[in-house]
Amino acid sequence: MEVKNFNVLLVDDELEFLETLVKRLTKRGLNISTAKSGEDALKIIRGKGIDVAVLDVRMPGMDGIQTLREVKKIDPLMEVIMLTGHASVEVAIEGMELGAFDYLMKPADIDELFYKLQDAFKKKTIQQEKIEKLEEIIS
Amino acid sequence: MTSGSHKKDPYYKSLTRKMILTVIIVSFTPMILVSGAILYQFHVSYHEKVAAHLEELVQKHKQNIDYFLNEKLSDIRFLSQCPQCENLNQESFLEQQLATLQQELDPVFVDLGLVNAKGRQIAYAGPFKLGEAQYSEAEWFKKAIKSQYFISDVFLGLRGLPHFIVAVRKRFHGETWILRATIDFMAFNNLVENVRIGKTGFAFILNRQGEFQTKLLREVMPSKSTYMELLKNVSKSQDKICIVEAVDDYGKKNIYASAFLKNGDWMLVCQQNKSDAFSDLYRAKKIAGLIFLLGGLGIITMAILLSRRMVIHIALADREKDMMNLQVIETGKLATVGELAAGIAHEINNPVAIMVEEAGWVQDLLEEEEFQEGENLEEFQRALKQINTQGKRCKEITHKLLSFARKTDSRIQVVQMNDLIDDAIGLAEQSARYSKVVINTNLEENLPFIQASQTEMQQVFLNLINNAVDAMDNKGGGTIDITSRSDEDNILIDFADNGPGIHRNNLARIFDPFFTTKPVGKGTGLGLSICYGIIKKMGGEIDVKSVIDEGTTFSIRIPIPEDQLD
Repeated sequence: MEVKNFNVLLVDDELEFLETLVKRLTKRGLNISTAKSGEDALKIIRGKGIDVAVLDVRMPGMDGIQTLREVKKIDPLMEVIMLTGHASVEVAIEGMELGAFDYLMKPADIDELFYKLQDAFKKKTIQQEKIEKLEEIIS
Repeated sequence: MTSGSHKKDPYYKSLTRKMILTVIIVSFTPMILVSGAILYQFHVSYHEKVAAHLEELVQKHKQNIDYFLNEKLSDIRFLSQCPQCENLNQESFLEQQLATLQQELDPVFVDLGLVNAKGRQIAYAGPFKLGEAQYSEAEWFKKAIKSQYFISDVFLGLRGLPHFIVAVRKRFHGETWILRATIDFMAFNNLVENVRIGKTGFAFILNRQGEFQTKLLREVMPSKSTYMELLKNVSKSQDKICIVEAVDDYGKKNIYASAFLKNGDWMLVCQQNKSDAFSDLYRAKKIAGLIFLLGGLGIITMAILLSRRMVIHIALADREKDMMNLQVIETGKLATVGELAAGIAHEINNPVAIMVEEAGWVQDLLEEEEFQEGENLEEFQRALKQINTQGKRCKEITHKLLSFARKTDSRIQVVQMNDLIDDAIGLAEQSARYSKVVINTNLEENLPFIQASQTEMQQVFLNLINNAVDAMDNKGGGTIDITSRSDEDNILIDFADNGPGIHRNNLARIFDPFFTTKPVGKGTGLGLSICYGIIKKMGGEIDVKSVIDEGTTFSIRIPIPEDQLD
């Protein structure tokens, strides 16, 4: 499978968890940034283009859902994968309604996460292309 | 608790006692006050009435008797003052006068006699041969000679018959004479004898010495002392009528009404048995007493019955309250434990995630070529795989815990319980067959559809079936009977196995989180707590009955929502 290099932001309050995940995903050829809180995540998103974000639902301060809302305000095209600690369907549904791409349960299988990330990026790319085409037609 | 056991409870006993006492006091107090006041008033007025009646009677007879005596006296006075009084010493004249008296005035005069100052009877007219009788020593004579007019007490005298004398002192021919007449005792006696009051009332006359001046009608001979006392009392109030109550020799209480006659020489006494005089009053009192007694008995019986019934109701209500409290506590405990568990699960989940990730990282690194030739590569891979597997096991446990605590709500949809049971059986069939367990179903057709989460219901059914299968695994097989039915408002599902049963001590705790009888590592102790949580959330109930060596039955009751009933 062709692996495209795209920008991923991981948001979790557990630094150790982030570190390993960064290593593993980097090894699979992705550009990873990390944030350990919702607020940090928003700063990074504003700063540079992020394609897909992985948000932990449960975090001190801004939680996953709040962060998701803000993210969608800043960059509606950006895809978000929710990471939940438990099979909390309400949270998942709420996330999906707010426009999350998918959700995964912790501890997530690395390959599953990797594929989901790719799917999300694909979706984003397609959306972007559509918009570009529309813009061309309009202009 | 049975109803017998709270009767023994001292609290309820004292409650019953207090209620009985209160009811009795509240009902008796006004009853006693009202009837007491009425009886007292009646008593007083009746006494007044009886006294007034006696007083009037005595007054009337006193006047009658006084009038009688005065009349007789004036008859004799008239005789003594008549112009031919010089002839009084002639017996023929006396006889003529006596005849006149007897015919024209009254037949009460028995005889007439003229006595000189020396007490010698000069002339006599009458049925007794008393001519020339000597009276100088007679009591009456001694008194009569001293006063103008004299009426004697009753005495036997020379003739040996009770009589009394009316005497008038007279002076003529320079000498003192006494004209005396004897009054028929019987005629006089009738005056008094005819006084009758009620059944026991009668009258008599006493003199100052307490001697009877009339014949007593009855055979009673009351002791003198009683009457002497009466005399003493009455003499204090000369003119008035005196009413006294006293006990006679026979131990009977009598009422005496008395008045003086004959200028205080005699006393008229009316005597009536108290019980007779107040018979109406006593009857009224008896009736009142009887009513009071019956009413009182009624009140006491009612008080006891009502209080007992009330206390039984109270005890029941208390018991229900206690059970509710217990349930609330139990639910609260479950909730607290659940929250605690959720917190722990979440905290554990992250480190486990990190460990699994790290293991994954090592696995990634092993892919590098430099390690491919490593001696222990396989061993490394096996170990990492093991870490991964165990991590997943941890994840499973924590997820179960969290779903128990978090009230995991899968989508609520309209479900048919029978289908879900069938699904659950399908899932469990493999392991059941392995444990030689046969699953029988007896499902009521056309069970109402209800709103529920499919996954949750399946979780419950699967849990119960798996538990039963596990329990019978050791026994070497058995059967599970699953029945479903519905009544008016509920769907009822029973899971009955014929396994080893649950020990009494464990029965109370089987719904507690983390309580398990399975060997370490085989059970989380969460299955039944999750079932409990799910069923409770739906407003239903889950119950267990178990007999050692015979089997265990889990009963689920799920209410059918009201809109579904139509």
